[in-house]
Amino acid sequence: METLLESLKTLTLNKLRTGLAMLGIVIGIGSVIALVSLGQASQQAIQNQIQSLGANLLTVNPGSQTSGTIRGAAGGATTLTNADATAIQTSPSITTISAVSPEVQKRVQVTAGRNNSNIQIIGVTAAYEGVHKITLTEGRFINDVDNNSLSKVIVIGQQVEANLFPTQDPLGQNIRINGISFRVIGITASKGGTGFLNQDNIGYIPLTTAQQQILGQTYLNTISLEAKSQDVMTQAENEVGYLLLARHKLTSPAQADFTILSQQDIANTASATTGTFTSLLSGIAAISLLVGGIGIMNIMLVTVTERTREIGLRKALGAKKQVITMQFLTESILLTFSGGLIGIVIGIIASYIFSSLSGSIFVISFPSILLAFVVSAGIGVLFGWYPASRAASLQPIEALRYE
Amino acid sequence: MNTQGIIHVSHLSKVYKTEGMETTALSDISFDIQKGEFVAIMGPSGSGKSTLMHILGALDTPTTGQYILDGENVENLTDDELADIRNKKIGFIFQAFNLLPRITVLQNVMLPMRYAGIPEEERKKTAQKYLEMVGLGHRLSHTSSQISGGQQQRVAIARGLAMNPALLLADEPTGNIASAQAEEIMAIFQELNNKQGHTIVMITHEPDIAAHSKRIITVKDGKIISDKKNPKPIPAKRTNAID
Ligand SMILES: Nc1ncnc2c1ncn2[C@@H]1O[C@H](COP(=O)(O)OP(=O)(O)OP(=O)(O)O)[C@@H](O)[C@H]1O
Ligand SMILES: [Mg+2]
Repeated sequence: METLLESLKTLTLNKLRTGLAMLGIVIGIGSVIALVSLGQASQQAIQNQIQSLGANLLTVNPGSQTSGTIRGAAGGATTLTNADATAIQTSPSITTISAVSPEVQKRVQVTAGRNNSNIQIIGVTAAYEGVHKITLTEGRFINDVDNNSLSKVIVIGQQVEANLFPTQDPLGQNIRINGISFRVIGITASKGGTGFLNQDNIGYIPLTTAQQQILGQTYLNTISLEAKSQDVMTQAENEVGYLLLARHKLTSPAQADFTILSQQDIANTASATTGTFTSLLSGIAAISLLVGGIGIMNIMLVTVTERTREIGLRKALGAKKQVITMQFLTESILLTFSGGLIGIVIGIIASYIFSSLSGSIFVISFPSILLAFVVSAGIGVLFGWYPASRAASLQPIEALRYE
Repeated sequence: MNTQGIIHVSHLSKVYKTEGMETTALSDISFDIQKGEFVAIMGPSGSGKSTLMHILGALDTPTTGQYILDGENVENLTDDELADIRNKKIGFIFQAFNLLPRITVLQNVMLPMRYAGIPEEERKKTAQKYLEMVGLGHRLSHTSSQISGGQQQRVAIARGLAMNPALLLADEPTGNIASAQAEEIMAIFQELNNKQGHTIVMITHEPDIAAHSKRIITVKDGKIISDKKNPKPIPAKRTNAID
């Protein structure tokens, strides 16, 4: 207790130096806390988004497993057809799928009166509404009649409404796509998401109209499937996989010209990506913590050298090695611990500011705060040990003679 | 009766080696000091008095020779055992005072008692008692950089006495203070020596001061040139001359 007070007094004696010595720890701990916090917030955001898109959702995309994303993204794969979708719906070998939604999509420029906007157009059947859990604020969704009669109707998202119809009710109004007029029949409720994940900057039109009049293609970009429950996801994946292999006259899954992903797969990939990113940044933060620790060691060595006479005198008056060691260890732990404390506060404030700026969730991870406390005290011991034991092993008379 | 005294030194020498130069500070010194003696060590500057005192105080080690302190060969003791002996058996008054500048006078005197694990209240009382004894009862909460050289010397004396050590080693305890105050210090030493039986070894330049002791050892060029009993030590009077 007395040692603690004494150390506190010594440290407050040279405030600038103490502050600078702590800075490395403050920055290190602060960035670890902030990064862990942000990482967890984005993981949670991804999970929420996935859940809102439907946990029972399976997505079949054209393109092989190995190069799926690249070929899929290039839009070159044409292996999924309307017949495939129909087969999944009607085949007796499929027992775990409750709904099938064949889809095509494209980014297009649309106009309404003098307003224009760049939106994602999705060609859908009536099944889309249930599979993707679409809710409407006004009007109705695309139905089978629309598809059978090649209707030129469109259901739009909140963002599209805001961009194209800022002042009037869009229901019954026309939107032009590639010179063709589509009548607005419904408006979807907001699904959230920002940037490329924006679920509100979308227009839904009948699949048949999209394929024949907008895209001029007979193949599909996606088949979305709803499994009967979350427990049969794997079975559903297998059933659909083998049906499509047989239909495409392929013999082994390795040859598959399509990819089946569950929402959980997508979530896992996204989590893994943000996880990698977070651990990379945490690694950098850990290095800054290490540098901070070395800074502490440096300052402590300077302190020991400066106070050589004092140490010599204390030893001459009967201080044992352990007493001297404790004195300097207390100082370095106090340094790193208070540095850690400030770092934690700054880290929390930083992640709070960031989350409120970016509109994401604010998460504090208590285990990481606890860890930060332990780590900062640990750094004090680790990097204070050498200077402290050096002080303790000084010979009293040599130390007293030191100028 | 213990024939081997509190201090037994035989064939002691100390050679300093600095940058290829060798300085012989002590050469072949032998003597014994019994419990209860009051010894003055005299000699010209640079004759090796402080060097000898540091070895006697277990702060430094001899180059060759043997030093037995209260029956124990100092050579065989660990750092921590030596620290314990310095703490409990020896009171050391340094020529250069060696007070800690940042803490108060009272805390300076309390320091050795802290290393002995004495509770704070008792430490405070004892330190106050000794500071009053050397006439500094009114300067307890000054830091040692805020008091005069002579006052610092008296704080150093109070600190040397704080643990009530059996052996008091004083390197020029009156070197920086007026003669009336020096008389006072000598009165304290004599009282400790006569009434409480403490052994005192004191370095001094001044024959007047040495005359208060019971035995005078004179060194020159690192050798003992005379070692005489002082049959009639002059009693110092407590004059309360200390401010
Ligand atoms: N650390 C050292 N390194 C080298 N030589 C030293 C060292 N300490 C003392 N000496 C030398 O040893 C000799 C004895 O020094 P010491 O300090 O014991 O003298 P002293 O009798 O106490 O003198 P004074 O009366 O001035 O205090 C001197 O010649 C001094 O220069
Ligand atoms: Mg000297």
